[in-house]
Parts: sequence; structure tokens; C-alpha cells
Amino acid sequence: MKFKGKVWKYGDNIDTDVIIPGKYLRTADVRSFGEHAMDGIDPSFKPEAGDMIVAGKNFGCGSSREQAPLALKYAGVSCVVAKSFARIFFRNAINVGLPIVEADVYDAVQKGDVIEVDLDIGQVLAGGKAFVSTRLPGFLQEILDAGGLVEYRRSKR
Amino acid sequence: MGTISEEILGRAAGKTASAGEFVIAKVDYAMSHDGTSILAVKAFKEMGVDKVWDPERIIIPFDHLVPANNETTAQLQKELREWALDQRISNLYDVGEGICHQVMAEKGFTMPGKLIVGADSHSCTYGAFGAFATGVGATDMAEIYASGKLWFRVPETIKVTVDGPLEAGVTAKDITLRIIKEIRTDGAAYKALEFYGSSIGEMSMAGRMTLCNMAIETGAKAGIVPPDAKTKVFLEGRARGQYGLVYAKDAVYCDDYYLSANISPQVACPTDVDNVHDVEEVEGRHIDQVLIGSCTNGRYEDLAQAAEILKGKKVRCRTLVIPASRSVMLEAVKDGVAGILLEAGATICNPGCGPCLGGHMGVLAPGEACMSTTNRNFKGRMGKGADVYLGSPLTAAATAVEGKIADPRRYL
Repeated sequence: MKFKGKVWKYGDNIDTDVIIPGKYLRTADVRSFGEHAMDGIDPSFKPEAGDMIVAGKNFGCGSSREQAPLALKYAGVSCVVAKSFARIFFRNAINVGLPIVEADVYDAVQKGDVIEVDLDIGQVLAGGKAFVSTRLPGFLQEILDAGGLVEYRRSKR
Repeated sequence: MGTISEEILGRAAGKTASAGEFVIAKVDYAMSHDGTSILAVKAFKEMGVDKVWDPERIIIPFDHLVPANNETTAQLQKELREWALDQRISNLYDVGEGICHQVMAEKGFTMPGKLIVGADSHSCTYGAFGAFATGVGATDMAEIYASGKLWFRVPETIKVTVDGPLEAGVTAKDITLRIIKEIRTDGAAYKALEFYGSSIGEMSMAGRMTLCNMAIETGAKAGIVPPDAKTKVFLEGRARGQYGLVYAKDAVYCDDYYLSANISPQVACPTDVDNVHDVEEVEGRHIDQVLIGSCTNGRYEDLAQAAEILKGKKVRCRTLVIPASRSVMLEAVKDGVAGILLEAGATICNPGCGPCLGGHMGVLAPGEACMSTTNRNFKGRMGKGADVYLGSPLTAAATAVEGKIADPRRYL
């Protein structure tokens, strides 16, 4: 998996309440979540398809709401690059097929920069430099490659 | 041999489990509520599985938006009831029974040594009973519905020891907030916490639930109190089956925290749960609404503590009391606690999550501030542009009396 896209940059401890506030959760229309992505912290967040989020540590902390990675996915975000992720968000992102990468590129990029992520070799190219990113265990990469846990399960039947 | 997490995950995986390993483990009980079940059921149906793995091991409490706040919610709840009926899931606890984590305990599902997974981040609450309990999202829950199993990375464990008596005005909530201040919001990410020390032993089961409930606010996967006589007493006549007491054996811990219980009441200020201060530092800040309730602090002892301060007084700001369950509410009604709170001017709402997650029933306007006994003070959580302070039921009650943040020790 390789991605190239424009950066939206946020800090540490971006919680699920700001990724998608509680009042938008009660619907089974998963695409609607994309319209409210990052509503709690950045009303100007209007990514073009393929854009990426770069953040600090503990991205996605807080609630177990799967609407958070779904919101980013349906808003058009191709990949989230953060120093670290909260564990429920980490699981949820893989399960819904939103690529996430742990890499310390935060200080090397500005909002609007274009960066490249290569999940296969575990590398992020940002600000003219190459950063090592952690690679997922094989079975998780397979789930992500399939597009999420539902698709992965179906492919195994 | 190992930490409580290694012992329980090893038993559930049928092999020795050491920190850092990935295991596939059999889940003893799975909980999803009216909020997370919507997407979990959707994913389950998309997986193409007809029947859930074991309807007796799935528990569905309705608590997040109860009673339904609009037609969309009502329709989603109707569909969930119909699905549960079709799947023969009899452990469905409908509107008014209480908050999922409280109901799980009251109904005896939270037993020592069990692996319990909930589609709610505060599912770590059940660690209060010596279970390994953790939160997951909807699709992971769908996988459990389908197979009864889930993958886990066996966590490293941080040992937290709290010693000393809990002084007047200092509660399990204050100890909890102080621990979070020390560990920080991501200090235990992907790890488990085990709690030891005389202060933990002194805590009631309600207090231990408060403590373990907020383990997630340090990023932890689980927070566990080793079971003791109090655990067994609580489970008498409630436990859903046999259970064994599981303890750490020759465990290796990745980190060690030691705290004294000799502290002031603690308040977490906006907008991070680790932004914790002694109450003396924040006293006097204006508050528009007080909220006493939630899976963190909506139990009988919390309401009774609030009543202790509010007896014979009048609140100076909007004060919402939301009992964690019907059983809690009934006890408060029967013994006069509810009457004291109402006479003081509080509003008692039906059991449920209330405005904790900004859903309904007491959300705030921009610029307003709430002193709340809940668990999160994230930006905009209880209403866009509103501030949330977290404290104990005692601090919340004292604050209600003054309309500004107040030290409860002056009222005891």
C-alpha cells in the first residue's frame, strides 16, 4: 500500500469526541459520518480525496466509537500518520480499512505539504527526508489489505 | 506464572501468554449497548453469519440515548430489539434498567478471572471484580458475536500501589484522578494496570469500579483490582456461574507507581483528563451546571455522599442527578436520599448515560461550565464551546451549593 497526499496537521491527544462529536453518532448511514469529521476541532476540515492527517501522540484516544475512523475514511482521508495511536482507535481503524501508520514526522511537516507513505517497506517521505514507520503484524496487514475485517472474513469463506 | 492479565488471557487462549505476544482468546461475556450495537449488528450481518456464537453470553443494555430522543434513535432501538429477539439474546436490558457497566455488575456477569469484552471504552470497569475486561469497537464486537473469539496483544502491566486511609472528603474518584495525573493520558497505552495497597483494599466495590472505569483515561487496555472478600460478598447471589480467583504469580511489571492517599480532593480541568489540580487551586470558578451520575460515579454511595452535603441546603446552579441504574434509584428513593436531593433543588433524571457524551438530557450551551462526576472533559464533549470539570460526588455537591467550584471538606 502506497499513498501520496496533502497534509492536515493536528497535535497530541486528538480524541474521538473532536473527530466526531457524540451528537452525530446515531445513524446507520455510515457515509454521513464523513460530513462531520473533525467537527469538534477544525470546522475548516474539508479534505480532498487522498489527503492525509499527521498528528502527535495518542491519536484517537477516548471512546470506542467506530464512527471516528469511519468519519475520516468517508471524508476522503487516505491515511493517518501519528506518533502513536490509542489502542481502540488502532483496532477500529484497521477493522474499517483506514490505513494508519506510526511515524515521527510531526516536526518535519506543515499543513498543506505533500508526503508519501509506503506501508510495504515501512517508510514515510516528508520534507525531503525518509522516516521509518512501524509495520503492522502480518495478520493485521492482511485485514487492512482486504479493506477491513468484514471483507477479510468474507474473503476467507 | 505472570500478571493477572497474562494469567487470564493465557487461560482464555488455552496456552501460556506472555506480554507482547498475540493470542486468539475465547471471550466469556460480550457487551454492546444501544449506541455501539447499531454498527456491530450491521457488521455482523455483512459478515454473512446467521446466528451468534452463544446468545447467553451476549448482553445488550440500552443506556446511551434513553428514552429515545427522536424518531431516528427510536427506529434504531426498535431494530436492535428485533434483532436480539431473533437471535434469542435474552440478556437485553431495556430503557430504564441502567448504564451498561452498572448493569453488568448488578446482574453478576463481572466475575474474577473472566475475559469480558465490551463495545464501550469504559468496559475496563469490570476489572474492579478481578476480571480482564476491555473495550473494543463495533466490528470487533461483530467478530465476537460471530465466533466468540478475538485477537489480543497480551499487555505489559504497570503496578500501581496506593497506601493510606481515605481522609474525609477524599474518595475513590480523587485517588483515580490523582493516578491519571501521574500516569498521564497515554502513559499506559496498550498496557494494563494492576492496583494494590491499603487504600484500594479499603475501597468499596463501588469505589473500585470508579477506579477501574477510568483506567482507559491513561490509555490502558485494562485496570484490575485483585479479588478479595468484598468481591465475593458482592457476587453472592448474583454470579452467573462458577468463577475462580486469579492472582498475579511471580509477575514481572514494566513500571511501578506508588502514591499516598493523603491528598486533597482532585479536579480535572478542561480539556484533558490528566489536567488534574488540587481543589484549592480551582476553587471559586463559576459553574452553570452540576452533574452527578454516569458509569463512573452514579452508584448509590455516590448519591448518598452528595445527599450528605446537600441535606437542608439549596443548590445555586442547575443540578442533575442521574442514577446509574433502576436499582440505585430505587434504593435512593426508599431510604430518603432521593428526597434530600429533590428538596435541595436537584433534578433527578432516569437511569442512563445522560449528557456525559453530549447526546441529550442536559447538554450545555457555548460558554457554560459543568462540574461533573463523569469521566471525560474533552473539548466540546458535553456541548460545543462548553467546559467540563471532573470531580467526586462530594466536590460536585459542594459546588452545587455554591454555584462555583468548592472544597467539600468545608461541608463535612
